[in-house]
Amino acid sequence: MSELHRIDLMRRLVARLSDEAVVAGIGNTNFDLFAAGHRPQNFYMLGSMGLAFPIALGVALAQPKRRVIGIEGDGSLLMNLGCLATIGMIAPANLTLLVMDNASYQITGVQPTATARSSDLVEIARGAGIRRSDWARDEDGFERLLAAALAETGPALIAARIDRSAAVAEPERDPPQIRDRFMRAIGSK
Amino acid sequence: MPSASTDAWHDVVLATLKNNDVRLTTYVPDKVLIPLIDGVHADPFFTAFTATREEEAIGICAGAWMGGMRGVVMMQTSGFGNVPNALASLAVAYQIPVILLVSERGAFGEFNIGQVWSSRVVAPVCDALGIVHHTLERLDTLEFVLDRSIKQAVATQAPVAFVLSPLLTGGKVFGA
Repeated sequence: MSELHRIDLMRRLVARLSDEAVVAGIGNTNFDLFAAGHRPQNFYMLGSMGLAFPIALGVALAQPKRRVIGIEGDGSLLMNLGCLATIGMIAPANLTLLVMDNASYQITGVQPTATARSSDLVEIARGAGIRRSDWARDEDGFERLLAAALAETGPALIAARIDRSAAVAEPERDPPQIRDRFMRAIGSK
Repeated sequence: MPSASTDAWHDVVLATLKNNDVRLTTYVPDKVLIPLIDGVHADPFFTAFTATREEEAIGICAGAWMGGMRGVVMMQTSGFGNVPNALASLAVAYQIPVILLVSERGAFGEFNIGQVWSSRVVAPVCDALGIVHHTLERLDTLEFVLDRSIKQAVATQAPVAFVLSPLLTGGKVFGA
């Protein structure tokens, strides 16, 4: 399985989006989403490590007709693996999960995570009850899995091994603005 | 105003949640919460399910609020010890009115020493974060405090915490 370029993958995601809500976890995950092209339907986290998927689940439950995408890094997901069990149990039809796995806590100095040696987040997600969980092994695979996940009834999880290239842009750290803009963009305010 | 309600405390809580359109209930179970848990599962008005951790439940309710659905998180005082970062960096920082219902252990005849100190973190953490919190002890003021405080949380875009005292619920006693 090759390492995919992190921002290239995020650009491929954003290119497919229209009115979907996207919740992106802390650090490089939401930096990359912002860098790939800001949209008001993006929610950028500034803390609460590990809660991107739970927040996305909440949005998906509140708006069952809207596709919701959660994006999380491997370190963040490892902090809160239980959320995969909850999502598997609830099985929301409109939720797609994307795991950007660089096998490290990159932002704090590239300390290796458990996925560097032993853990497989796709196997964990399947075991947690999200049966449609797959590795995107190359760019074409990512495109194919993403197209299927966005078109079909969910939930689905796509994970990709990504490189550790540096972030190229960061959203403004203004939480009420991020939240207000997000709510207006998805019609709840 | 305080009223001489003859309903049980959990009936008042459920009715007040419904009257305020609080539809999503996600929780980590607790024995005192059983009538609330059973009540939200029995009523199709509510979307109810367990979360694996309390901060996960806060994330779910925060997302639901941003999507247009009000939510409440139910937990035990020991579980509140898991949530300060989720409250600080999500609910408080982003101004999201997550509603917390916390069943109080560790007081009035607690038999498990492991519950005692964890129960004492609730008020100091709320105070440190500027989160409005009320200890619910009396049936006659229960509906007033809950209803007004939920409305205030929504209007001011701020989380709110309610501690369900054994004085109201009877609590959990040894052997129960």
